[in-house]
Formats: sequence, structure tokens, C-alpha cells
Amino acid sequence: MNDGLDIPVLSGVLTAILLVGGSALTLIGSLGLLRLKTFYERVHAPTLGTTLGTACVALASMIYFSTAGGRLILHELLIVVFVTVTTPISLMVLVRAAVFRDRSEAERAVAGAANDDGP
Amino acid sequence: MSTMLAWSVAVAQVLLGLAMACGTFRILRGPRAQDRVLGFDSLYVNAMLLLLVFGVGSGSTLYFEAALMVALLGFVSTIALAKFLLRGEVIE
Repeated sequence: MNDGLDIPVLSGVLTAILLVGGSALTLIGSLGLLRLKTFYERVHAPTLGTTLGTACVALASMIYFSTAGGRLILHELLIVVFVTVTTPISLMVLVRAAVFRDRSEAERAVAGAANDDGP
Repeated sequence: MSTMLAWSVAVAQVLLGLAMACGTFRILRGPRAQDRVLGFDSLYVNAMLLLLVFGVGSGSTLYFEAALMVALLGFVSTIALAKFLLRGEVIE
């Protein structure tokens, strides 16, 4: 960690605040993954990390490398755009799969109960 | 590198490590398969952020490419796992 680059104080403070803030937001989202009760509640929690946490950490990285390199470096925008676009897609597919599994199980339970009541 | 930035990088690494531990707990203890996939999804996002923090800590831009790869492969694998839960096979 001592071989890092030297940067001005103001951008160092900004980078530090954004790094710790983004990581704390991500941790809060993952704690929601731990604490919420049902799957449909839990699926909301980690999106705090994928939107605001990713944006904060990527912004910190952009500020750090831009001031250290002396020119504008916007690589990290790729990650922000990609994660922001793909998270709703993957979670929607996942929730659709969960709804399908829950429904097919409920139907099987109803069918089983009907068979038990029959002659 | 100033000591404040070094400390903030260390704190961010600890926080993201705890977040990854939460995702791992959900993978190991998830009552159903979709909980495990959700834990895996949050685990790879946290790993990607941890790689970005490593990049700031070491001053090397190589970690950025690793983070981009992790984001791409994590999205594809989450889609594949969800598709498997939905249909029973990945490619129909």
C-alpha cells in the first residue's frame, strides 16, 4: 500500500470519503441480505450496493487516477454503466424464476391435498 | 500516498470483506436455491468493488480490467443460474 501515487490533498480527501462511503453503503445492503425475512424482501437489499455503492467507489477511483495521472481517466464509467444496466435484468429473471418455483410448488401441494381427499 | 488515503483504503477493504461475508452466509445458509443465487450475485458485485479498491490502494490500473471481467462473468452466470431455476436447463 506504500507504493501508491502522490496526489493533492483535496482529491485525496474526496477519494477517501467516497471510498469509505461507498463501501459502507455496500455493507448496509449486504446486511439487509442477512436480516430481511423473505426472499422477495431480500432481493431488494443488495441493489443499494450495485447502484450507489458502485457509483461512489468508481467515482473515487476516477478522481484518484485522474489527479495522479494528470489527465482525465474515465474507464470506470464502463463498470458503472454495465452494472447499472445489468442488475435489474438479472434480478428480474431471478425473481421470475422464484415466482415460477413457488407457484409450481403451491400447485403440487394443492394437487396432493386433492388426491388425499379423493376416494 | 498520504496516510489518510491508506487508512480509508484499509477501512473500505474491511467493510467490503464484511459485505462479502454476508453474501457467503446467504450462499451457505439460504433456505432455497434462489436465495443462494442472490447471495452469489451480491458476492460478485462486492468482489468487483473490492478489486476497484485494490486498484486505488496499489495505484495500478490493471485491477480495473479484472473488475470489468468479474462484472461481465458475474452477470452471465447469474442469468444462467436463474434460467436453470426457471427451465431446468440453461440453453434450450
